Amino acid sequence: MSLLQANGLYAGYGGVDILRGTNLRVEADEIVVIVGPNGAGKSTAMKAVFGLVPIREGEVIYRGDVITNQPPEKMVTRGIAYVPQESNVFPSLSVLENLELGAYALKGDNHERLEKVFAIFPRLKERRHQQAGVMSGGERQMVAMGRALMVDPQLLMLDEPTAGLSPRLIDETIERIAEVNKLGIGVLMVEQNARQALAVAHRGYVLATGENRHEDTGPALLANPEVAEMFLGG
Amino acid sequence: MVEVIQLLINGILLGSILALGAVGATMIFGVLRFAHFAHGDFMAIGAYFALTVVTVFNMPVLAALPVAMLLTAGLAVGIDQVVYKRIRRVQPVILLISSFATALILRSLIQMIWGSSNQVYETGIQLPWRIGPFVLKPDHLLIFCAAAVLVIGVHLFLTRTRMGKAMRAMSDNMNLALITGIPADRVIMWTWAIGGALAAAAGVFLGMDTRLHPVMGWTLLLPIFAATILGGIGRPYGAIFGGLVIGCAMELSTLVIPGAYKPAVAFAIMVATLILRPQGIIKGAT
Repeated sequence: MSLLQANGLYAGYGGVDILRGTNLRVEADEIVVIVGPNGAGKSTAMKAVFGLVPIREGEVIYRGDVITNQPPEKMVTRGIAYVPQESNVFPSLSVLENLELGAYALKGDNHERLEKVFAIFPRLKERRHQQAGVMSGGERQMVAMGRALMVDPQLLMLDEPTAGLSPRLIDETIERIAEVNKLGIGVLMVEQNARQALAVAHRGYVLATGENRHEDTGPALLANPEVAEMFLGG
Repeated sequence: MVEVIQLLINGILLGSILALGAVGATMIFGVLRFAHFAHGDFMAIGAYFALTVVTVFNMPVLAALPVAMLLTAGLAVGIDQVVYKRIRRVQPVILLISSFATALILRSLIQMIWGSSNQVYETGIQLPWRIGPFVLKPDHLLIFCAAAVLVIGVHLFLTRTRMGKAMRAMSDNMNLALITGIPADRVIMWTWAIGGALAAAAGVFLGMDTRLHPVMGWTLLLPIFAATILGGIGRPYGAIFGGLVIGCAMELSTLVIPGAYKPAVAFAIMVATLILRPQGIIKGAT
């Protein structure tokens, strides 16, 4: 049984379909990367899966349960966490408060969850009383991912986690994502820096105009001349 | 100099009343993104609730305060459920206009139930204390202490409780709060309850300081909005600061211009803020 399966999704805004029969699958221990040109529907696919964009047709199955169009709080309690691309922290709240709120929908003590997140991002422990809004882009990305990890997710969905980061930070972030994945967390991510992301990915999808164009292992997609030419800039 | 200090004392008193109103208004703005025009009338109706408790049960005003706060909190939540909740998804300007209507309805209700003439909690004259050259009424000290307790209570609520943090989070980033699984409807209910309770307290204090009349809250709405804007919209701490500044400025202005222009001073500060630093002292929501 797959961790996540999205079958033939049609979804969009205001009656216009951006996704047109998109299929996605994530296995329990996989990193799956979605790449594609601007306007391909990558972010929309993530939002549709997470219940933020209404799905008109098709279904989303998470560990055997149909979760199509369920509200985000249901997704969170099921163990799916989503990190949006932009404004993904609470700027006036401290790092610690950001993390605590990540587990808002869950019962029980936060202590253990916090320690787990601090083990992955030691920097956040150092700066836990800092206001998230004044941190650097890289640190904010850590806060955003840490917040998502607070729900002890089985599936972590990341929308362009390296957007706007320096090359060094891009590598570091991708490395962290691979680390998180080694803890047994499935990762579904959209990524502009396709080369680095596909290098660590188990599988990748190439999306264009809301349809699946290619699906293969990360290295195979990187080696595919057509994909390289279309989306990776030769 | 004595006069300045005396006016500052009065200003801090008025400022604490404004601050209580402004904290609620700014929290409602932060979470719901609209200027709540009925906030002044929440203050008035809270004051009248206390009046009923005072006259019917013959209790001191301060004992009636919690009852009035609770009733107004309930009323605020009720009005949200009946009026605002249905139109939450449409443009904020519709919410704003409907809050204007709510304000008119509340004011008329007050006139129908309690009448339109001036009323007071206690008749008789309270002898002011004379501390050196300064004059201080015992009520003033009471108001100031009670306001301080409430403000500290709000601070503890916002920083120490899960709901308080969720409220700040929603005011910070509505979409992310949703994605995080924060239950928006519950947070909104709590926001109304706290906003209503604080408004009632402000109304009761205003009634203690002066007198009760149906437009007592409405006339304070402008300085309250000025305090909200000065402090940074959606920022509770900014609103407290803004309230105190506006209160002091309004009182001090009587040194140079006639007292009737006090609201104009609040208005001028609001306009100046919007021109010079529209985000407010503490960077507010957009």
